[in-house]
Amino acid sequence: MLSASQLEGYITANLTCDYIKVLGDDGTHFEAVIVSPEFVGKSMIQQHQLVYAALGSRMRAEIHALSMQTMTP
Amino acid sequence: MDTQAKIKEAVTGNSVVLYMKGSPKFPQCGFSNLATQVLDACGAQYTAIDVLQDPAIREGIKVFANWPTIPQLYVKGEFVGGSDIIKAMYDNGELKSLLDGAK
Repeated sequence: MLSASQLEGYITANLTCDYIKVLGDDGTHFEAVIVSPEFVGKSMIQQHQLVYAALGSRMRAEIHALSMQTMTP
Repeated sequence: MDTQAKIKEAVTGNSVVLYMKGSPKFPQCGFSNLATQVLDACGAQYTAIDVLQDPAIREGIKVFANWPTIPQLYVKGEFVGGSDIIKAMYDNGELKSLLDGAK
């Protein structure tokens, strides 16, 4: 079962994060707070798309829902 | 008509469109439910499309917006966001202005 800390690892492997905290213990629903310098100058849609892109196909296969708060440093 | 063209027609032919799981009366997912509640709270008239009725739309809508999750809100043909963004825009008042402008 996918854990919140594994998910944190998947995101940080592909996205530079100043801060990340993922919560969720049912294996499919997660909540994340992410601060990344890569979000600077981007709309909220683009910021969430960067996180989805970092997760790639895992977003379809393993994760049902990822609720996000994205912020710039 | 292929799926992408069908989606394009739906979001441009209706001013406010919500792609969701289930219907506004019987949402099949908490995030879709949240989206309908927020739209109702704004007094919006919207077209709801249940992706569970059509697997081609369910997958096609993810490609259309380059967005892997449902619900998805469109206003005047523009992708507005998923449930987190809809909720954030509701909280800061932007959603109501956007929806009022689409009436």
